[in-house]
Amino acid sequence: MISYVIQRVLQAIAVMLAVALVSFLLFNFVGDPIDNMIGQDASIDDREAMREALGLNDPFLIQFGRFTGRALQGEFGISYRIQRPVSELIKERMPATLELVAVSAVLALLIGIPLGVYTGINRYSWISRVILTLSLVGVSLPTFVIGILLIYLFAVIWGVLPSFGRGEVVQLGAWSTGFLTVTGWKAIILPSVTLCLFQLTLILRLVRSEMLEVMRTDYIKFARARGLSENMINFGHALKNTLVPVITIAGLNIGSLIAFSIITETVFQWPGMGFLFIQAVGFADIPVMAAYLVLVALVFVSINLIVDVLYFVVDPRLRADKAVSAGNDN
Amino acid sequence: MKFKMTTAFAALLAVAVFSIPASAQNVIRWASQGDALTSDPHAANESPTHSASRKVYDTLTYNDKDMVLTPWLATSWKLTDDPTVWEFELRKGVKFHDGTDLTATDVKFSFERAKSDTSDISGDVSSIKEVKIINDHRVQIITDGPNPILPNLLTNVYIMSKAWSVANGVEVPQDRTTDVETYAVTHAMGSGPFKLELREPDVRTILVKNENWWGLAKYPHEVDKIIYTPIANQATRVAALLSGELDFILDPPLQDLDRIRNTPGLHLVSTAQVRTIFLGMNQGKAELASSNIKGKNPLADQRVRQAFYQAINIEAIKEKVMRGFSVPAGLITPPAVHGYSEKLNGRRPFDVAAAKQLMADAGYADGFSIQLDCPNNRYINDEGICQAVVGMLAKIGVKVSLSAIPKTLHFPKIKSRETDFYMLGWGVSTLDSHYVFNYLTKGGDKNWNGTGFDDPAINQLIDDMATEVDFAKRDAMIETVWQKMRDNVNYLPLHHQVIVWAMSDKLDIPIVADDGVRFIYTKFNK
Repeated sequence: MISYVIQRVLQAIAVMLAVALVSFLLFNFVGDPIDNMIGQDASIDDREAMREALGLNDPFLIQFGRFTGRALQGEFGISYRIQRPVSELIKERMPATLELVAVSAVLALLIGIPLGVYTGINRYSWISRVILTLSLVGVSLPTFVIGILLIYLFAVIWGVLPSFGRGEVVQLGAWSTGFLTVTGWKAIILPSVTLCLFQLTLILRLVRSEMLEVMRTDYIKFARARGLSENMINFGHALKNTLVPVITIAGLNIGSLIAFSIITETVFQWPGMGFLFIQAVGFADIPVMAAYLVLVALVFVSINLIVDVLYFVVDPRLRADKAVSAGNDN
Repeated sequence: MKFKMTTAFAALLAVAVFSIPASAQNVIRWASQGDALTSDPHAANESPTHSASRKVYDTLTYNDKDMVLTPWLATSWKLTDDPTVWEFELRKGVKFHDGTDLTATDVKFSFERAKSDTSDISGDVSSIKEVKIINDHRVQIITDGPNPILPNLLTNVYIMSKAWSVANGVEVPQDRTTDVETYAVTHAMGSGPFKLELREPDVRTILVKNENWWGLAKYPHEVDKIIYTPIANQATRVAALLSGELDFILDPPLQDLDRIRNTPGLHLVSTAQVRTIFLGMNQGKAELASSNIKGKNPLADQRVRQAFYQAINIEAIKEKVMRGFSVPAGLITPPAVHGYSEKLNGRRPFDVAAAKQLMADAGYADGFSIQLDCPNNRYINDEGICQAVVGMLAKIGVKVSLSAIPKTLHFPKIKSRETDFYMLGWGVSTLDSHYVFNYLTKGGDKNWNGTGFDDPAINQLIDDMATEVDFAKRDAMIETVWQKMRDNVNYLPLHHQVIVWAMSDKLDIPIVADDGVRFIYTKFNK
């Protein structure tokens, strides 16, 4: 057990290093941050001096080594754009993103599962067909189009919800929350609906196909034969058994929600980490970009690590035969 | 216990709801694309940051809403008998937001801070050798050579409280090579018309009226509170204005202007900005890297450059690409700049036949190929303008391949002189032609002149005008240089950018050519 976990942790570290290396390579293509940092009147010599002081002239490997060394100490430098420490910025922005992701995930589960069950049981009803057709729209429309559409309807035409921002926030220690104010709740509705649509459709379709699968199994037939009520069969037996893969997928997707909140945050001016990242790209703000990418990689790697370890706990074959673990290496 | 929890929660909710300050009388809620980079007035030489600093900090001299130089903290100034010494009379009774007096000590301190190594506005004060305190309300500014336009250079040098800066350890601006954030990045202590109440970078900035501002007698404004939110997404920004969540947006996108104009309760204002958009042609290289002509540089021939000029239909660009919001330019500097004249701004006529003839005369009847480098996120519709130019030059046989890339990649190409043909826009903070010449006309590889134009006589003239204190003579020098640039066709001037602001009919904010909002001129319509 311990050697297995150590092995996975080492692999996770290797993945993190690879992500950091690739993102660092990409920074060579985002352009020169110096122009954005100092005004047009600065002389070429001043620019050169600034570049030297920031270490941008050093060879790639030296820059990478320096970044890794400092990142290990939790130090990501200072933002070129707004001149504040990156760790501070991320700390300030994280609550906004996490609250958005949490509400989206809850919405996706609360709406996706019942709809999935309904469409799974009532395969041929016209309501199911309508739901499935609409769900295709949810998968195929790009996030920013949905976002702008919602803003247009709810903010411009009906004037019931705000089009941007987080509303009033309350500071609870280091955590700023929008859950304690009316404006905060109003502000989170449109962005979270926009962000959850894709996940919602995914969960809906997953639950539906699992339900279809389970309904065909022998134990359901047997339950019917025993004369159990439809509700008892559908929710007591069938749904319970569809939930295992749903929980796995939903858990893994929290990582994607965090990573893909970038577009939603930009459309709604949501002051989260994704928005911070987009602005950093426009400015070639390397410290912020590097920290963000590493952080997102960390989220994915940790979730995968936890899943791997859980597999180990639930699947006795892994304990018996190490070679099989390679099969679960996703 | 349960009851207690509920009560606690309700109390928390109540606190949260009622801690929203009761809405003051005249609140302006506004947005623009990007926030100021810092609230440290000397740490970033960037227009939105200057615009933000100007609300909280005062300067010795000020450009008013018509871009006319106006006495501000300095009530008067004169050049002494020594042409390197200017004397400024300071306003009496000016107080910082914390109630302390603003004196010559603070002025001296602020200039030294602006000159320090980590300052980003040191360019504006580089000619200043020393600030000498004569008494509490009089200073002498000593320059390292005669500087005829010194008062113009001081409109972006903000005066900070020395005592506050020392107490908070911000005697110099933020050093970006360290990891420590200084206090001044999110706090401020000036004497300006508004006090900084809250600053959350990229999220929200709240300013409140400074009831003790010295200028209230002369500029009696009714703005009690200003709430600024940056909104990066254009569509969201416009939607927030249309829905009434905002009163004013600084940069509505061109495609939404009709819609805003046709919405009851909203109106637009526009003016020519202090920024001109033009194309540079590299006439200095022996051979163009991106051209099929080898062994010589077609752009070195004045006739080719003139043919390019006359092939561009600037009115079409104005109508189709800029939707009417541009002022065609014959000079690469806009009307607000000293040295500009209507005569110099006249364009060579758009004439494809003449352009073809010029190409034939130069020996390029069949044209040639070249690459045009263009930013795609810097100027209004920059990429669209370049696409239009590509089509127009095709009519005289020039095959232009367009490379439109982000500004962070585009500008280094100009500075390293890698580009043959490029777009650039230039704003003029000093409102004086010398600034333009110094960066765009003077030869050498240390400035932004990527055209390879390098005329020793002109270089000399540019250096001389920097220290010429006889204004009639200086004006003649400026005109000579402009004339030379027009005749030689260093650049293809396109247009002076026009800025448009959109606001609620509740307010009238006069638009200013530098795109910086002067809220002190706001009028409320009741």
